Amino acid sequence: MEYGQVIANGLMLGGLYACIAVGFSLVWGVLNVINMLHGSFIILGGYLTFFAWLHLKVNPLVALAPVAAVLFSIGFLVQYLLVNRVITQPVLTTLTLTFGLDMILYNAMNLAFEATPRRIVLDLGRLHLGGVILPYDRVVAMALALVLTAILYLVLRTSRTGRAIVAVRMDRDAAALMGIRVNRVYAITFGIGALMAGACGALVAVVFPITTSVTGLFLGKAFVICVIGGLGSVPGALVGGLALGMIESLASFWFGPQQAILVGFLIMLVLLMVRPTGLVGKKGYE
Amino acid sequence: MSEPLLTVENLSKNFGGVQAVRNVSFELRKDEIVGLIGPNGAGKTTVINLITGVLPASAGRVLFEGREVTGQRPFEAARRGLARTFQIVQPFPAMTVLENVMAGAVFAGAAATRAEAEAVARANLEFAGLLPQADKPAASLTLPSRKRLELAKSLAMKPKVLLLDEVNAGLNTSEIGAALDLIQAIAARGITIIIVEHLMKVVLSLSQRILVLHHGELISSGPSADVVNDPKVIEAYLGSKFAERHRALTQAP
Amino acid sequence: MTRLGGRAGHLVFGAWILLLAATPFIASNYFVKIATFLAMYAALALSWNFIGGYTGYPSFSTAAFFGLGAYSGALMQNAGLWVGFAWIGAALVVSAFAAILGFAILRLRGHYFAIASIALADVLMLIASIWAGVTGGGEGLNVKIMPGGPDFIGRVFLYTMLGIMLAAFVTTVLVDRSALGFGLRCIQQNEDAADMVGVNVTRYKATAFTLSAVFCGAIGAAYASWVAYISPVDSFSILLTLKVPVMVLLGGPGTVLGPVVGSAAFVILEETIWAKYLDYHQAVLGVVIVLLLFFLPGGLLRMLSRRSGR
Repeated sequence: MEYGQVIANGLMLGGLYACIAVGFSLVWGVLNVINMLHGSFIILGGYLTFFAWLHLKVNPLVALAPVAAVLFSIGFLVQYLLVNRVITQPVLTTLTLTFGLDMILYNAMNLAFEATPRRIVLDLGRLHLGGVILPYDRVVAMALALVLTAILYLVLRTSRTGRAIVAVRMDRDAAALMGIRVNRVYAITFGIGALMAGACGALVAVVFPITTSVTGLFLGKAFVICVIGGLGSVPGALVGGLALGMIESLASFWFGPQQAILVGFLIMLVLLMVRPTGLVGKKGYE
Repeated sequence: MSEPLLTVENLSKNFGGVQAVRNVSFELRKDEIVGLIGPNGAGKTTVINLITGVLPASAGRVLFEGREVTGQRPFEAARRGLARTFQIVQPFPAMTVLENVMAGAVFAGAAATRAEAEAVARANLEFAGLLPQADKPAASLTLPSRKRLELAKSLAMKPKVLLLDEVNAGLNTSEIGAALDLIQAIAARGITIIIVEHLMKVVLSLSQRILVLHHGELISSGPSADVVNDPKVIEAYLGSKFAERHRALTQAP
Repeated sequence: MTRLGGRAGHLVFGAWILLLAATPFIASNYFVKIATFLAMYAALALSWNFIGGYTGYPSFSTAAFFGLGAYSGALMQNAGLWVGFAWIGAALVVSAFAAILGFAILRLRGHYFAIASIALADVLMLIASIWAGVTGGGEGLNVKIMPGGPDFIGRVFLYTMLGIMLAAFVTTVLVDRSALGFGLRCIQQNEDAADMVGVNVTRYKATAFTLSAVFCGAIGAAYASWVAYISPVDSFSILLTLKVPVMVLLGGPGTVLGPVVGSAAFVILEETIWAKYLDYHQAVLGVVIVLLLFFLPGGLLRMLSRRSGR
C-alpha cells in the first residue's frame, strides 16, 4: 500500500470521525458535561439502522432521518429528566452519572441485540483513482458525514435555537438574563449530540462492524478529537477528526491497528499536558 | 530607617500584547500604610498578583526583606510573611470559620500543633469580632463578616506585610467605618500594609503615602496631600477637561 | 466535623477486621473468598479516597494502577522473585509511575484531569496488548500458582488483602489528622485560596495521587498471584475504575470510614442481589449509581449521622 492510499483512507476516516465527535464536543462545550453515553449512542444508531436494513429492507440513507429523530428524543429525555438534576454539581458527579447511565444502555443493547458484530454490506463497487482504491460505500459515508456536520454548523449559526445554544456556550448567565431558557437549551443540545451520534452511527454501520464492545472505542476517539481540535465548535471537531483520521491511518500503516489507537491516546495525553484547549479551541470550560 | 521591607523594581506584565503593568517601581518600609489607587483597570490587582506570585512577571524584580523573590509561588509568598486578601472573598466555604482561620495558622503561621493553631485562630477571630461564629460554615456568613474572616485568616498567617485588595467593595458606610477601625488595629500590631482602594476618603484617612496607578503605570507617588492635588492624578480620575478647569481655578488670584 | 470517625470508628474497624480475619475458622470457603474481596475493595476504595475524596479531584485511574501492579507483580514473580518481594516491587513501580505522571496531569483540572486519568488506563492496556512478547498480549499471562492447596492459598490471600487494607486504613487515619489531610481538604474547597494561605498545592496533590496508587499496585499484584492469570481487558477493567469511586461516594468521600463502609455495602449488595442477575450486571450498577447520586449525596455516613441528630 502506498501513501496515496494511506492518505485517502485517512481522509475518509477523518470525515466520519469529525461527525462522530461534533455532538460530543457540543455537549461538553455547552453543558460542561462529558457524555459517557456518546459511544453507546453511536452504536445504537448503528444497530437501529442495521435492523431496519435487515428486517425492513430499508436503505440506510432513508433510515438516517428516523434514526436521528429517535436518538434526538432519547438524548433530550435523558438530559431533561436525569442529567439536568445534577447539572450544577462538580465533574465527578456528572461524569459518574453519565457513566452509570451508559452502563444501563450498554447492558440493554447487549441483551436486545447480542454481541455478534453486525455490518451493513452495500456492494456499491469501488472507484479507482490513480492507483488509489476508494470503495463507494466509504466515500458516500464520508460525504454524508461531512454534509451532516455542515448542516449542524449552519443550524448553529443561523437558526434561533442554534444561536441560543451558542449564547449559552459563551456565557450561561448572560444568556439566562436575555430570556433564554437555559434548561431547554441544555436538553436540546444534548438531544442534538445524541442525534449526531446516532446519525453517524448509521454511517459507521456501513463501513465498520457494529458491536457493543466498541462503544468505548468510539468514546475514546471523541475524547481525543476534542482535545486535538478544541471544544464546542464545529470547525474544532472537523480539524480534530481529520487529524485523528490521518494519524490513525499513518500509524496503522507504520505500526499496526492497535498501535494506531495507542498513538492517538498518547498524542492526546501530550496535548493535555501542553495545550489542553486544542488547536482551534478557545479557553472554554475545564 | 533601615532597608525597605518590600521593593518592587521595574515590574511589568503583558498579556499577549496588552501591557497591564508597565515599569512599576516603589518601596515599602516597615510600619507604613501605603495606599495604591487608580481608576478601574489601572492594574492594581495585577500588581498585587505579581508581588504574591499568582502571576509571573514579564519583567522586573520583587525583593522582600532584601532577598529576591521574583517568580515565587503564592504559597512561598505566604510562608515568607506576605499575605493578601481578595477583592472577591475566597473562603473555604464548607469548612467552619474556625477551620478557615486555622488554615492560615497551620500553613503560613508555622503553628506546631493543632492546639496551637486553634489558639491562634481563636485569638484572631476575637480580634476580628467573629468569635461567636467560630463553628458556623464559612459559606453562611454575610459579606462584611466574610471580609473580616479573610482578615482574620491573613492575620493568623503571622504576616509582615499585608496586601489588602479592595476590602471595602460591597460594604455600606457603617460597615466601612468598622472595617477601617479594624485595619488601624492591624497596623497597630506592627504589620505593614498596602491598601488598594477606590474610595478616596478611606485612603486619605488611613495612609501616609499614596501610589497612583493609571494604565499600568505609576503616575504619582508621595504624601497623601500632595498626590491628591497632583494635576496628573486629577486628570486620570476626572478627565483632561476637568483637570484644565481645576488648574485654571486654582491658579486664579 | 461529623465524627463516626475517632475512637468509635477505630473500634468498629478493628472489630470488622477481626471478623474478616476469623472467617477461615468460622465459615466456609465461600465466605473466606467474600472476606478477601471485602478487604480488597476496601483497600482500593481507601486509596481512591486520597485523591478523589480528600482532594476532590475526579480521578478515574484505579484501573491503571491496579493493572500496572498486576502486570508488574506477575512479571517479577515469573522472573523468579519471591512472591512477597514481587508485591512490594509492584507497589514501588506503581508509586513511581503515579509520582512521575502525577506532576504532568495534576496541573489539569476538572474534566481534563478526568479524561487524562481514564486515558492512562487505556494507554497501559494497549501497551499490555501490543507488547505481547513480554506481557503475553491479548492471550494473557499465566502466573505460577502458589503451592499449598486451596485452603492454604485462600488464607494466604485473605490475610494479604487484609494486611494491605489495614495499611491503607492506618495511612488514612494518619493523613486525616495531619497537616496533609487538612491541606488536601483546603485544596478541595478552593485551590487558589489554599495556595495563598501557604499550602504547597503541587506537592500535596502529588502526594495524594501517589498514595492513591501505592495500595492499588499492591492489591493488583496480589490479585494477579491469587488468580494466577491476568489479561489486559480484565486487569485494566473500566468497570473497576467506575465501581471504586462509586463505593466511596456510597460510603462518604473524604472521611476515614466512608470507603470501608461503602465498599462493604457495595460488595454485599453485589453478592446478594446482582450475582443472581448476571445478565443485568451492568444495568444494575447503573441504576445504583443513579439512585446514589440523586438520593444519597454525601453517602451513607452523612445520612446516618443526620438521622442520629449529629
